[in-house]
Amino acid sequence: MYKPVIGLEVHVELNTKSKMFCNCSADYFGKKPNTHTCPVCLGLPGALPFINKQAIEGCLKIGLALNCTPAEESLFERKNYFYPDLAKGFQTSQYRWPLSVKGWIDIEDKSGEKKRIRINRAHQEEDTAKLMHQLGNSKTQETSNNENITGIDFNRSGVPLVEIVTEPDFTDSSQIRDYAKKLQQIFRYLGVSNADMERGDMRLEANVSVREVGNEKWDVRTGKLPPYRVELKNINSFRFMVAAVEYEIKRQIELLEAGRDDELRQETRGWDENKKITYVQRSKEEAHDYRYFPEPDLPEFRVQSSEFRIDDIKKGMPELPWMKAERFVKELGLKISDAKILTEETELADIFEKLVKIGREKEIEPKVLANYVVNQKIDLLNKDPNQIIDDIKSKSVGIISDEEELDKVCREVIDENGGLVQFYKRSLIPSGDEIKKGNPNMLNVLIGGVMRKTQGKANAGLVRKILEKLLNG
Amino acid sequence: MKLTKDQVKKVAKLANLPLSEAEEEESAEQLSKILDYIDQLEKVDTRGVEPTYNVTGNENVMREDEIGESLSAEDALKNASKTKDGFFVTKGVFESE
Repeated sequence: MYKPVIGLEVHVELNTKSKMFCNCSADYFGKKPNTHTCPVCLGLPGALPFINKQAIEGCLKIGLALNCTPAEESLFERKNYFYPDLAKGFQTSQYRWPLSVKGWIDIEDKSGEKKRIRINRAHQEEDTAKLMHQLGNSKTQETSNNENITGIDFNRSGVPLVEIVTEPDFTDSSQIRDYAKKLQQIFRYLGVSNADMERGDMRLEANVSVREVGNEKWDVRTGKLPPYRVELKNINSFRFMVAAVEYEIKRQIELLEAGRDDELRQETRGWDENKKITYVQRSKEEAHDYRYFPEPDLPEFRVQSSEFRIDDIKKGMPELPWMKAERFVKELGLKISDAKILTEETELADIFEKLVKIGREKEIEPKVLANYVVNQKIDLLNKDPNQIIDDIKSKSVGIISDEEELDKVCREVIDENGGLVQFYKRSLIPSGDEIKKGNPNMLNVLIGGVMRKTQGKANAGLVRKILEKLLNG
Repeated sequence: MKLTKDQVKKVAKLANLPLSEAEEEESAEQLSKILDYIDQLEKVDTRGVEPTYNVTGNENVMREDEIGESLSAEDALKNASKTKDGFFVTKGVFESE
């Protein structure tokens, strides 16, 4: 029996107006190449970086949402390597002194089962330039120009990037999807990133190995991990990442079972969607010697200091999706499944709350609204809330106004509440009208009983009439 | 401390510097001398001294997130040895991005 050991690294680009260390616009997508650059993000000699405050706040917010502790002391470091996407010869990143450390987040699978993923760190760094391979080497030109060249666009260079690293807590591929989706939701709720995978706002890397169950040499709990780790990189969709991880688990187990352990190496692999396999991109040993050292051109952070006002950042945090869902259940009486759907996106949740307000004025229960919106898949973003309310009213969607049906339920409730009914009958006094008036509180309890039996869908006015007819005569 | 030739080769590779055999010999000697020089610091008694990463003493210095002026593409590309369609151009690298 083998068990996968998987850790995840998520990179997310922050949606600040300007770049991490200079005033150039960070909005690079679809822009003309090399139009958002300056000496800092081109890595020209002597240029000095200047830290973007809002980016740091965004990084801290992400850390807080993931239950991390803001570090007492944090600083930037240089990660040294040579590649054309990095003109300085180093990426300004964080290694030993990240902004946020040691957090956790609970993910849920489809059956609602919870799993806690530990977060090792959330740190701030900068994005690299974008490379275009074999530029201009289109098929028609191939004969005249088959020289291999790479074009570099520095518009993306220096865009704020946050990296979130988990402990190796994932044991199957579906958890990766649940986790990535949850992070995407958090980024959007916090408003720190659009987190669009296809645009490259959000990128996933998985470290995958497998261990034999009962093999105490490799045990996650004691920190003894398998002696190799395959890094899956450059995969731009949740679906492909899940497929790549599944393939990789299978490949590794097969090698172990065949006694070919020595073929399991520290290496970086990519995903070939056509062939549905992972392939080696580079072997890691020689590539990974980054010689990190503290960046002398940038000052240190004291995150708990007065300048930072971490408490203000905490206060400025929005209500997160799981908190909102819980409130919808507690305060509005929604089903948890409806509450989760309605809080998937913050815009939807906001519109729904507006809808609840309008609904209240027209005596439509939040629960009825939620049912209607979820079941009918109402497009909240593009439909006027008043129109939705009118639709519900006119169609009486979800509301039971069938007198025969309600009469039956009313009789059941009366039978089940013999004592209360007796008290109610004794409270009846002639009102001058045909129908006598009884104690309204007691009547409301009975109406409540009917509501419970119909999951809040009964037409309350009609129920009142029926009960009065049955009891007040 | 004497650097071995293998160590020099590794450092050269990490620094992306192509060295001839003669240059490797020469660098080994020079780098060893530099290390010996730096090693003098070992003699300083640093017990009780906190490590310093930054000598300015500044902390939490940041700027507001505002867009300023960028270079024109023309200026940005001015010193490049090779350009095409507004891109800097380098020898092809095949690792997918």
